[in-house]
Amino acid sequence: MNRFIIPVLVFLALAAVLFVGVRHSPNKSTMVSALLGKPAPAFELPVLGDATRTLDSRQLAGKPWVMNVWGTWCVECRIEHDTLLAIARQNRVPLVGLNWKDDDEAAQQWLAQLGNPYGVVAADREGRTAIDFGVYGAPETFFIDADGLVQYRHVGAMTPEVWEREFLSRLPQAALP
Amino acid sequence: MKRFVLLLVLVSGAALAVDPTTMPTPELQQRYEALTHELRCMQCMNNSIADSPVGLAQDLRRDVKELLIAGRTDDEIRTYMVQRYGNVILFTPPLQGSSIWVWVLPLLAAVAGLLIGIRIVRRRARLVEQDESVVDGDDGAR
Amino acid sequence: MLPELGQFALVLALLLSAAQAVFGLWGAHRVDARLMAVVRPAVAGQFVLVSTAVGVLIHAFVNFDFSVLYVASNSNSALPTFYRVAALWGAHEGSLLLWIWILAVWTLAVATFSRHLPASFAMRVMAVLGIVSFGFLLFTLYTSNPFERLPLEQIPADGRDLNPVLQDPALAIHPPLLYTGYVGFAVAFAFAIAAMLEGKLDQVWARWTRPWTTLAWCFLSVGIALGSWWAYYELGWGGYWFWDPVENASFMPWLVGTALIHSLAVTEKRGLFKSWTLLLAILAFSLSLLGTFLVRSGVLVSVHSFAADPSRGMFILAFLVIMIGGALTLYGWRAPLLKSPAGFDAVSREAFLLYNNIALVLAALVVFIGTLAPLVNDALGLQSISVGPGWFTRTFPFIALALVVLVSIGIHAAWKRGKLSDNRRRVAIGVVLALVLGLALSLGAYGPGKWLSLIGVVLGVWVIVSSLFDPIDRLRRKLSLPRAIIGMTIAHIGLGVCVIAISTVESYTVERDVALGAGETVSLGRYAYRFDSLQPVEGPNYDGVRAQVTVLRDGKPMAVLHPEKRNYWVQRSVMTEAGIHSRWNMDLFAALGEDLGEGRWSVRAQLRPLIDYVWLAAGLMALGGGIAASDRRYRSRQSAEAAAAASTSTAGAA
Repeated sequence: MNRFIIPVLVFLALAAVLFVGVRHSPNKSTMVSALLGKPAPAFELPVLGDATRTLDSRQLAGKPWVMNVWGTWCVECRIEHDTLLAIARQNRVPLVGLNWKDDDEAAQQWLAQLGNPYGVVAADREGRTAIDFGVYGAPETFFIDADGLVQYRHVGAMTPEVWEREFLSRLPQAALP
Repeated sequence: MKRFVLLLVLVSGAALAVDPTTMPTPELQQRYEALTHELRCMQCMNNSIADSPVGLAQDLRRDVKELLIAGRTDDEIRTYMVQRYGNVILFTPPLQGSSIWVWVLPLLAAVAGLLIGIRIVRRRARLVEQDESVVDGDDGAR
Repeated sequence: MLPELGQFALVLALLLSAAQAVFGLWGAHRVDARLMAVVRPAVAGQFVLVSTAVGVLIHAFVNFDFSVLYVASNSNSALPTFYRVAALWGAHEGSLLLWIWILAVWTLAVATFSRHLPASFAMRVMAVLGIVSFGFLLFTLYTSNPFERLPLEQIPADGRDLNPVLQDPALAIHPPLLYTGYVGFAVAFAFAIAAMLEGKLDQVWARWTRPWTTLAWCFLSVGIALGSWWAYYELGWGGYWFWDPVENASFMPWLVGTALIHSLAVTEKRGLFKSWTLLLAILAFSLSLLGTFLVRSGVLVSVHSFAADPSRGMFILAFLVIMIGGALTLYGWRAPLLKSPAGFDAVSREAFLLYNNIALVLAALVVFIGTLAPLVNDALGLQSISVGPGWFTRTFPFIALALVVLVSIGIHAAWKRGKLSDNRRRVAIGVVLALVLGLALSLGAYGPGKWLSLIGVVLGVWVIVSSLFDPIDRLRRKLSLPRAIIGMTIAHIGLGVCVIAISTVESYTVERDVALGAGETVSLGRYAYRFDSLQPVEGPNYDGVRAQVTVLRDGKPMAVLHPEKRNYWVQRSVMTEAGIHSRWNMDLFAALGEDLGEGRWSVRAQLRPLIDYVWLAAGLMALGGGIAASDRRYRSRQSAEAAAAASTSTAGAA
């Protein structure tokens, strides 16, 4: 073999890698959750708006549930809020809110003004639970199955397409009306 | 998606984070500084949590501090972070699994380079006897 | 009206670049003087048109024309004039225009200084440059038009301001110098393609190519050094190199460019390494193009990258495949013809330059692997990883130090028949001096440090000492000292200084991050930083605070630093301006962190020994290169024309 054609072959291999990179951009590397297929981290957090109650993650076991990480400081959360309200009205799966690094009063006011899509909201003041879930930005939405395993994480504002494609599709058939 | 990325850009900025955290002992201080420089700020553009001012970096630094004080080893702390965020949070790719090739390839390339060099020089050294070309010496060195 | 004129100028330039390429190649192929006569005017016309476009955009910036989207996004009514002009290259679209303009300047220079070259060869060189220009102009007009206008109802009352990080004098010079280097390698690339198209590559070709390549390399050296210096004082972290993808993107062409200028020396002197030199010429510019791709396509995350857009990424990738793939295919086809019967000893100059080339390419490969590894893992579906400074500092220094050893020994070697016995004395003296001076400079001056840094300082001294033998010997024997030798000596001394400086700063930097209130002090060895006071400060488009930090040595005040924290109104971003005092042997550095309340601030205090010599060294390397490139034998018309005559008469020579 003519050894001088090695450079062009190496380059074409590189070009293929770059092509895939451009297709996946931006930032695919950080989107895939490290927890996929693993048990969702346990947590016990105060419930927003009710000083007497706490939300223990064990209470959610046995059925699939969805967790949405949000904050009043987050612009994209405002954008996805209407989609979340629509999802909540469908009432297919419990929607739990994780209020991340936020102010209790501001958060309650926000929900009062814009509507509350969440069955219950846990207040993560110190951000420890968010770190346990590998959250790095808001909004993020997790699908946890009936066995308590994380099956999917969506980074960014929720859209009806993503909801249908990645979340509804993961619900067991029995949940269909 | 694009807008989410935009948010990241606005949040990270180029502001300096000075981390004045002090640890109880100099040894812990050294380990703290080393670890916080090794862990990636997941919300930023290619900064470590030591250098980043964002809230997530502060929280992660707090976690590192608490784990160190609790007596965990450096490896345990790294594992703690990788369990949550994946290998991508480590700025130095681990020496196993899907990243070992990053360490091995330069070594292989160095060996290959050495072999190529030897091969070329051997051939040329053999030729030098028959080579009667004169090197013009107007500048000697080159 | 005027912005449309700018856009129109670019469209015309696009057409001219196509003419330059087509007529250049066709005219050379047919050896038809009338076809070839189109090319130089086309080059000149392109320069005029692109300059017009640049002028129009500057005018739009200076006159606050916010109807132009690019101006609205990167300027503001409060932005000082100086930055309004420099904002031209502050973001993607404008910086591309700068790229194109610099290419037009290089092409004009080639057109002007190529009249002594064989006509068809010169045509092919300009044709290739025309193809590159065409690609970039097309990309700009299609995806990144700086003259895009906002519809009337969307024209803002005021612009979004230039990114505050860029509001610094260095912005005026860093990108232009850096791009001059990047783009300059296109000339070597064009020379390589022209040689492959002609089917011959000889010593005369190497002589023609050398000064262009060395000049581009000089600019790139200075450009990289400026970027490093700028990051140091502007970003406020006190670091000067982060192994960030964008930094690496400029470092790789530099490493390969260094290999190229050395390989060209061998090809010119002995007609050897032809296919090596060809490949390196292709590789250097390919890495420049790859750098352009990485920075603008969004595939890699970096503090420096422009706003990403995948459609742009696809376009640049296609351009890359055509240019680099085409060049490498041509290489695969033509390189086998370039064999030479010459020989050399294992310790001859040629041999050492070969080892040097392998080491430099290896160094570039290490940086390449580290930069692209995350991308490769993603593309192959493997687990995502990051590659940061921790990896680079455990790999790169080894190859760099090996290279320094090679330089220190190889510099004494003679051409063809290098006998180590001749040079043993010089090598021995060098090693002894290196150990004595090197250890004095590190252990003696600073005390115990990292072992790798100690080795680095010793080797750095060795390079400097080794470089001086030949010039001193020549002066003593009253031989001539041509510029080529002077330049080479200065550049190698620059390398030594750089290695010494980096080794010292990495090992002996003292850094403390502390919380300070008024009057409080933090001590760093013999030195102490006292946080005196904080004053409010206001600028044309920012406000903030300015601290006074007094530096004491052994208790006595010796300098005052003024770090600032600025809040730029328009983009609402906060910038840190470091307070730096440069002494002859170190920098005193202070930067403000956060306001901790109650008058206390977090402060970064650093002692940076020898850090300024890192950039000074780069300047020395560039100076050496410049002097070498101006050597008489590249400029002499007689020798050039005689060489041209000789080359055309030896058709197909090996």
